[in-house]
Order: sequence, then C-alpha cells, then structure tokens
Amino acid sequence: MKYAPPAAPRGASAEAGTVLVPYPPFWRQYPSRVGALCLVELQKMRRDRTELVTRAIQPALWLIIFGETFSRIRAIPTGSVPYLDFLAPGILAQSALFIAIFYGIQIIWERDAGVLTKLLVTPTPRSALVTGKAFAAGVRALTQAVVVLVLAAVLGVALTGNPLKLAGVAVVLLLSAAFFSCLSMTIAGLVLTRDRLMGIGQAITMPLFFGSNALYPVALMPAWLQVISHANPLSYEVDALRGLLIGTPAHLALDFAVLVVAVVLGVASASALLGRLAR
Amino acid sequence: MTGKGGNGMDVDGIPPAVLCEELRYRFGEHRAVDGVSLRVVPGEIFGLLGPNGAGKTTTIRVLTTLLPLQEGRAAVFGVDVARRRMEVRRLMGYVPQQLSANGALTGRENVSLFARLFDVPRRERRDRVAESLEVMGLTGDADRVAATYSGGMVRRLELAQALVNHPRLLILDEPTIGLDPLARSGVWERLNELRATTGMTVLVTTHSMDEADTMCDRVALMHLGRLRAIGTPAELKSALGEDATLEDVFRHHAGDALNDDRLPQGGFSEVRTTRRTAGRLG
Repeated sequence: MKYAPPAAPRGASAEAGTVLVPYPPFWRQYPSRVGALCLVELQKMRRDRTELVTRAIQPALWLIIFGETFSRIRAIPTGSVPYLDFLAPGILAQSALFIAIFYGIQIIWERDAGVLTKLLVTPTPRSALVTGKAFAAGVRALTQAVVVLVLAAVLGVALTGNPLKLAGVAVVLLLSAAFFSCLSMTIAGLVLTRDRLMGIGQAITMPLFFGSNALYPVALMPAWLQVISHANPLSYEVDALRGLLIGTPAHLALDFAVLVVAVVLGVASASALLGRLAR
Repeated sequence: MTGKGGNGMDVDGIPPAVLCEELRYRFGEHRAVDGVSLRVVPGEIFGLLGPNGAGKTTTIRVLTTLLPLQEGRAAVFGVDVARRRMEVRRLMGYVPQQLSANGALTGRENVSLFARLFDVPRRERRDRVAESLEVMGLTGDADRVAATYSGGMVRRLELAQALVNHPRLLILDEPTIGLDPLARSGVWERLNELRATTGMTVLVTTHSMDEADTMCDRVALMHLGRLRAIGTPAELKSALGEDATLEDVFRHHAGDALNDDRLPQGGFSEVRTTRRTAGRLG
C-alpha cells in the first residue's frame, strides 16, 4: 500500500495549538468549485441521454403544433417577423425554465441521500455550492437548448449564425437557468420535501411562462399583466434571446443587468436557506 | 484522561485530535447533547458508543461544522470548530451514516469530485484519486458507476472520497450499518491497514458493542446526551468483572437502555433513516 501519511502537524504553535494548512486564496476556490459541480453535471448527462430526448418532446410540440397553427391564424401581431421566428426564442427560454425550476428536487434528493451532508463538510462556502449547482443547471439547460435550436432551424426559423451572438445566447441561457434553479433551491429550502416542491414548481411555471413575452408581445397584454411581465425575469431573458437570435430590437444591456442581479439575489437567498436542508 | 494545559493542549504540547468541553446541543426542548467533555488522542481509533438517540450523531455533526456550536467548546487539532470552520473541514474526512456516494457517477468520478472540492492541486489529482481508490481496494471497479456497487463497495468508495484530501482525522458515523458481516470486516480491515500505515486518527460512532470491542483503542459510552464511561474496552470490562462484555458495561452504566421504550429509537423517522441506508443507490 502506497498511501501517503497525513501531513505532520504543521505549525502547531505552543500558544493556541493552531494548525496552518495552506490552500488557494478564496477568489480561486470559487470558480474551481463551480467548475467541479458543473463537471459532475456533464458526467451525469453523458450517461443519461434519454433525458435529452424526452425533454425535447415538449418544446418540439410547442414549436410544431402551437407555432405552426398560430402562424396560420395570424392572431398575434409580430410585425414583419414570422410568428414561428418570434416564438422560437420563447420556447428556448421555456425549455431552460422547465429544467431549472425543478432543479431543487435534486438538492432535496441529495439531502435525503446524504450527498449534501458530505458536500457541506468540504471547505466550500455555501454560496459557492449554490452557485455551482445553479450553473450546473445552466449546463444542462444549454445542452437542451442546442436540441431546441436545431429543431427551430429545421422548421425554417431564420436564426443568426453570428458566433458572438450565439455566445451571447449561451450566456443568457446560463444566467437564466442559474436564476430559476436558485429560485427552485430557495423553495426547496423553505418547503423541504420533494412533493411540496413539485407542487409549487408546477403552480408557478405556467404563470411565469404566460406572464412573459414568450408567446406574445407585451404590448398586447392588459396593463396589470404588463406590470407583472416587467417584473418577470423570463421576459428579460426572452427579450435578449429574441434580439440575439432573430435580430428584433432588444434592450440587451438592461436584460443582462436584470439577469445578473437576479442570479446574485437568487444565490444569496438559496444559500441562506441551504442550512435548513442540512439539519 | 491525559493531563492538559490551560489552553486545551496536552502536556506534551500537541493538541488533541478532538477536544470537546461541556458540549451541549438542544433541538427545541430536547437536549440531544448534554455536557459532553472528551479528548481523542492523535493516532487512536476512538469509538463513540450508544443506542439510537444517545446524541452520537449530533456530537459528530457539531464537530464536522454541520450544526452550529450552541454551548461549550470543540476543537479539532487545536482548531476551534465554531470560529474556523473552513480550516476544521480541511483537517477532516467525514463519512455520514447514510449511503452518500453518487450512484450516477463512477467510483473514480465520485472521488475526483472530492479531490477538487478539497483543492488537491491539479497535477497531483489523478494520482491522489487513484491512490485513494487503491487503498480501499476499488481500483478494478473504479470506472463502473457506483449504482452497480455492492453495499460494502459503496462504503469503501465513501471512505476513498473521505481520504482523498489526506485528512488527519477521519470521522465515521455508523460505518458498517446495513452491511453484511463479510462487508463489515472488509471495511474494518481497510481502516486498520490505513491506521497502521498512516497513524491517522479515527473517530467512529457505532451501536455495535462487538465491533467497538475489537476495533477501538478507546471508547466512550454515551446515553441520553451524556458520557457515562470512557476508557479502553479492556479497562471498562475488567472494572466490572472477569467475564464482562462491553454490552454488560453499557447496561451497568446506562441501565437497560438498549430496550428502553422511552428513547427516540423506535421513532418512524429514525427507522426510516436507518433503513434508507440499506437500499438506496439502485
């Protein structure tokens, strides 16, 4: 057996019996934790490709059935943009939302299984753990997005080929999935059980979706719904995606700012509640 | 117990691996830990014994920084558990009671994750992961997903995860619960080898008196949140009589606690937690 002995007591000072263990500075630990947790997500996904297919069914139905039908009815005024083109970024956002909003279930599962306990005993600040999980959800959403984008392209949506804009799309999806998974983890920290989280997740997903600009322009909404839509991060996500993917006028700076602030707040609230899951 | 200086250190100037002074922890009205004081000497296998609900797991959860310190003092190798949590975590490897490996990942990926979370430098990472797996006898199965492992292999995998940061203190909460006798001895064999080669300190909770008797250098008997006796298994037994077993010692100090209905051991959640341990990964 070659197992190296544990380090001898380093710097055991006579005064307080302290042991000094060198480790990387905080600013380097943070990205490494996030990277480690995203890597785990990729490793898991590599073995579960069926999920990629099953999760593609719903966005496909939205694009093919809803999209194609409403394109013909011409009920929704989208100016010079064909309705299917208008819809595609909305469905892209929706598929990321569906993945992220149930991500808290994984954290409850990990709590029940003991995985979370062990993660919490590593030298990882809770906010880094939550950020890692949030971006892991983002990684999962991104792979799903590729499927949806390919499908949209096949259906004839005029998507951008500009790599810079596509990179922007990836960032928007990452940030949004990170936010919605933090929302999910926050709810997980409040309700603590899988069943209740499922219930709440299902209750809020559709209002978030219909209360945004994903399916129709905000201008069509009654005034009160417009107010809600402006408070809904999904609207900013869709606005940015639409601007980047099909070139409609968008408020990119505002959209990014809102998403970044939302992620910061989401990480803060989910980390504050993570301790409840550990008990 | 060994003598100690004014600042919690042993007379020879080496801080104890674990030091608890008047540790108390309450869940609402229930006093789970009620004034526990103990010190674990570096290099020993120390067993915390007691029936379900004795306060063993709560004590460990305070030491591992999972629960905040409410009252008293606790330190690991002289590092205060309440004030320097991140440093304490770097000194420890911890295996919780439940099966905690990720069944969707391979053995190697499971260990590798912990190498990253403990900041094992990139150039050492591969070797350290391989070494931990080898020490636990999992090299041949390292690239299979953990969901296909047997119970004993999962336990050894969890130990490999806990060892990858070269901890100075290994904390194991009921490491052999839910395992068949063969798997149990397999786990203990590996732990003994490890201790012999590295001199690592091991703090282990168990409610199996037999295991504690054969495997631990010293044991503390815990009952209703308090320590009832502490010493080597031989000392504790001989104090009671020639043919006494550790179980007799326990009955002597704690009454017939192993069959006491007032204890929380019969609770649904307790049983659920314990049984979950048996068959979860699949």
